[in-house]
Amino acid sequence: MSDPFIEYDKIQKTSTGIQGLDGIALGGLPSGRTTLVAGTAGTGKTVFAAQFLAEGVRQFQEPGVFVTFEESAADIRRNVASLGWGIATWEASDQWCFIDASPQPGEEILITGSFDLGALLVRIEASVKRIGAKRVAIDSLGAVFARFDSDLIIRNELFRLSTALKRLGVTTVMTAERTSEYGAISRDSVEEFVTDNVIVLRNVLEEEKRRRTVEILKFRGTMHGKGEFPFTMMPETGIVVLPLTEIELDQRSSYKRITSGIAELDTMCGGGFFRDSVILVSGATGCGKTLTSTEFIAGGVAAGERCLLMAFEESRDQLSRNASGWGKDFDQFEQDGKLRVVARYPESGGLEDHLIRIKSEIMEFRPNRVAVDSLSALERVSTIKGFREFVIGLTSFIKAQEIAGLFTATTSSLLGGDSVTETHISTITDSIILLRYVEMFGEMQRGITVLKMRGSAHDKDIRAFNIDSCGMHIGPAFRNVTGILAGQPRHVPTAEIERLDQLFQQGTG
Amino acid sequence: MSKYHLKLYVTGRTPQSNRAVKNLRALCATELKDRAEVDIIDVAEDPFAAESAHIIATPTLIKTLPPPLRRIVGDLSNVNRVLLGLDILPEDLLKHAESAANLTGPTGGAMS
Repeated sequence: MSDPFIEYDKIQKTSTGIQGLDGIALGGLPSGRTTLVAGTAGTGKTVFAAQFLAEGVRQFQEPGVFVTFEESAADIRRNVASLGWGIATWEASDQWCFIDASPQPGEEILITGSFDLGALLVRIEASVKRIGAKRVAIDSLGAVFARFDSDLIIRNELFRLSTALKRLGVTTVMTAERTSEYGAISRDSVEEFVTDNVIVLRNVLEEEKRRRTVEILKFRGTMHGKGEFPFTMMPETGIVVLPLTEIELDQRSSYKRITSGIAELDTMCGGGFFRDSVILVSGATGCGKTLTSTEFIAGGVAAGERCLLMAFEESRDQLSRNASGWGKDFDQFEQDGKLRVVARYPESGGLEDHLIRIKSEIMEFRPNRVAVDSLSALERVSTIKGFREFVIGLTSFIKAQEIAGLFTATTSSLLGGDSVTETHISTITDSIILLRYVEMFGEMQRGITVLKMRGSAHDKDIRAFNIDSCGMHIGPAFRNVTGILAGQPRHVPTAEIERLDQLFQQGTG
Repeated sequence: MSKYHLKLYVTGRTPQSNRAVKNLRALCATELKDRAEVDIIDVAEDPFAAESAHIIATPTLIKTLPPPLRRIVGDLSNVNRVLLGLDILPEDLLKHAESAANLTGPTGGAMS
């Protein structure tokens, strides 16, 4: 039994309501305390502070007070309007209150002796009491230091402020500037008076790509997730944190098999794909990857399932034309409500944005299977690390929904070879299907093999397949060719195969 | 001579507030004799006054008239800076300036 006194002493958490953040904060920010949010310019500190209050109003009916030292209240109202929050409405109903401590136009402050921030304290206290605020956001401390040229007084006063806020029992977010992404926590060493809890926001340039991350540096006396987690900012939802490494491998596994859409491939896989597995289809360009995903979808629709196709290489119309060439009517599928095709340019957003969009499409359409064509296209808008995180995030999400996912990846060389995509995600996916060109007697033939099939026996042969107006047809194995996977197919005379077979028979016999 | 409108914002009756009031009183008795209208506002009693005047630091002295509007922060113990903020030249400084002008005047005339 747990000690009631220890339970009482435990630090309570206040849910931020920011998607994904509560997960890594293991519940939220420590209640009744002040958390410092530090970051360089443009990392999203003001949005973080505003969203902490906005989610309080939207999700928990907790009123909030926003103290602004930098931008005027009118500016903030206007800036966050683009995120779709109606602050003015909340102000009218006393759920939100601004304390505008921004520099007044034409103001020139002349210091003539000792002073304190007593008036600010009085204003905050009065507003908190007036609207019954539970949350306070203060943005940003650097601006106060810049205005009053007296660091010692300001530091003392901010300490007094954080004590006063604690007494009021409100949970507070204060923002502060940093000069570099990896260095001192904040420019004015403000962390010294709010050392309890520090969150760092970063906006790092990695291989010419911007990557926003959030890190909980410390929560005194309570647990939190460690390391940097990518986040993105979107209209309506604001900041969304992707808690990738927090995802636990606790998805349920199913023994239920589903069809790949190709009867022969089902047989090769030992009876079909598992219902909640993720399959990677790898092959060179023109090898039949889009066809495989089309068959996967058609198979699902034929079985009465709902399918989602996320296309990053071809437009909707192109895909539908391709499919009709293989005898699959995408338009009809869509009319029946069995299929949703979402085509997007990979460049239309960062990987975090794509991940969130795919997730919301899945949540909205509730498909039984999802095809992504192709992952390689997405790879070009990200760093290797970011891409890996994206695939882990997507895979675990798909598995948690207990649906099947099929991803395609393009190999760089025509014959054999592997791709960066493969090497980075092959351990994450459950099954890998290779599509390869096989050159035989001056003719390009296509081969298919199941390289990996987690939790099931599978066919080890490399089989030939051809494509016609009905789709994919898998034939017999390449018995007289070796070196296909190495990219150097070599014809072996029939006599040689027979001799080898005999050799083994003699050996075993 | 222009009339001064001054508002002094303080938070409670702290030693700091008392000092600011005392310094302002002295100023009104000397430099600003008979030409200042003063309001003293305790924001601890009237937080809304601080809100509408956008006061964050106390004591703050606001000069509303004559323009331009000025904010003077602190307990007003540095008299020279206070006078600077109020655009007042101290009387002895003024005398110096006058005598300096008298000295340069004739010289300037001789030059022309």
